[in-house]
Amino acid sequence: MKKIEAIIKPFKLDDVKEALNEIGIKGMTISEVKGYGRQKGHKEIYRGAEYVVDFIPKVKLEIIVEAAQAEKVVETIREAANTGKIGDGKIFVLPVEEVVRVRTGERGRDAI
Amino acid sequence: MIQAGDTAFILVAAALVLLMTPGLALFYGGMVRGKNVLGTIMQSFIMIAVVSLEWVYLGYSLSFGPDVGGLIGGLAKAGLSGVGAAPNPDYAATIPESVFMIYQCMFAVITPALITGAFAERMRFGPFLLFSLLWTVLVYDPVCHWIWGAGGWLKARGVLDFAGGLVVHLTSGTAALAAALVLGRRKGYGREQFLPHNLPMTLLGAGLLWFGWFGFNGGSALAADGVAATAFVATHLAGMAGMAMWVLVEWVHRGRPTTLGAASGAIAGLATVTPASGFVGPNAAVVIGLLAGGLCYVGVLAKGWFRYDDSLDVVGIHGLGGVLGTLCLGLFASKAVNPGGADGLLAGNAAFLGTQAFAVAVVAGYAFVLSFVLLKAIDLAWGLRLAPEAETEGLDLSEHNEAAYNA
Repeated sequence: MKKIEAIIKPFKLDDVKEALNEIGIKGMTISEVKGYGRQKGHKEIYRGAEYVVDFIPKVKLEIIVEAAQAEKVVETIREAANTGKIGDGKIFVLPVEEVVRVRTGERGRDAI
Repeated sequence: MIQAGDTAFILVAAALVLLMTPGLALFYGGMVRGKNVLGTIMQSFIMIAVVSLEWVYLGYSLSFGPDVGGLIGGLAKAGLSGVGAAPNPDYAATIPESVFMIYQCMFAVITPALITGAFAERMRFGPFLLFSLLWTVLVYDPVCHWIWGAGGWLKARGVLDFAGGLVVHLTSGTAALAAALVLGRRKGYGREQFLPHNLPMTLLGAGLLWFGWFGFNGGSALAADGVAATAFVATHLAGMAGMAMWVLVEWVHRGRPTTLGAASGAIAGLATVTPASGFVGPNAAVVIGLLAGGLCYVGVLAKGWFRYDDSLDVVGIHGLGGVLGTLCLGLFASKAVNPGGADGLLAGNAAFLGTQAFAVAVVAGYAFVLSFVLLKAIDLAWGLRLAPEAETEGLDLSEHNEAAYNA
């Protein structure tokens, strides 16, 4: 099993969710996060003074899938979240040792 | 002879001016970081208690009591002795003296509250209270007597200040500069960014200030008459022009019109027209507002060049506005508008501009020196600044054991 973590632009969340739905991904966890990579910050102006705000709002998705599905999910997210501009985000793939469904106690792929 | 209309108007004006202090608290509170919002609001709000108390037992008498050498009022009216329903013809012949007293009280309350913007986010509450109390006695009351008190020496020289350009804005603006210098810069200045935490709060405060300003300037006629109308109109037009100009200048300078710019420009226009409001016509008021919006924008940028940390721009907006408005009065004043006023430079009377410039120098010098010495003395005796850890934690928790936002 794999965990896919994707940091994307907030306005792309709907597109990514739709695309993942189409390939049969049923569940995901999302959080609003802030950070920066190459894009760095944005400019704010208060009383004529410019401030660079380093941390830009992003959305983080977390999805657990079977290892065989991981590549397809990554590619789907990449295509849906892509604008071609700086700051489009990153996707990480991590190994997952175990998944447990709280309600039934099911484990592994049955719990996804 | 008491006039019901005048009395009703000044009572309402007093209530309007009182509202300016909570308005100022919100105006400032929105501009600080979320961890300092209660501490910042408190510094303005508590002045209603501290200064009103001082005013009743000491301040009113020092400001408007029987003159002693042109410099200060005597103590005959301390504790409001003899201040009741009878008018005081020296100041306002058609309203009870108690109404005049409470109206003037509101001016005394907001003036030290204005200073708090300069040292926002870093001053301890106890020393702040002591400073504000002593400042009111040593700076506000004497200057108020010089300019507005019967027998005051600047008044005798022909200095005019309709509603407090010198008495309120210049004294607080120069005290703000002294405070920024004595307290030093906030921890993390130049490395961290001190972004406003709630600009809607600031705009709400600016709106309340504008509303209250009609009482501040209009009420300074001390009667419901043509002069009050002149001041009321001038106030609105200068506020409007200040806002328009500031937003225009920043749009050109930085490429974006901002809400904080709109609020700042309005306050700059209102502060600047204050001394002139009852003495100038509507067109002069518009020009004064436009000048305020442009020049106070530059005045705010100045703190970056000189690297003093006037947190919320009291120097650049109120200090500069007080100077500018007092000099503009020397330019634009016209007896055709207010026969009880003066003619300024544009009406052929250059001497009056000189008189106003002299008053600016005297009041700015006196307020700066006294404020600086007072702050230094309290700093040595008690310590003005929060400990570094407390400053990082914020005023709300470290000074008041409260948090504004408990999600």
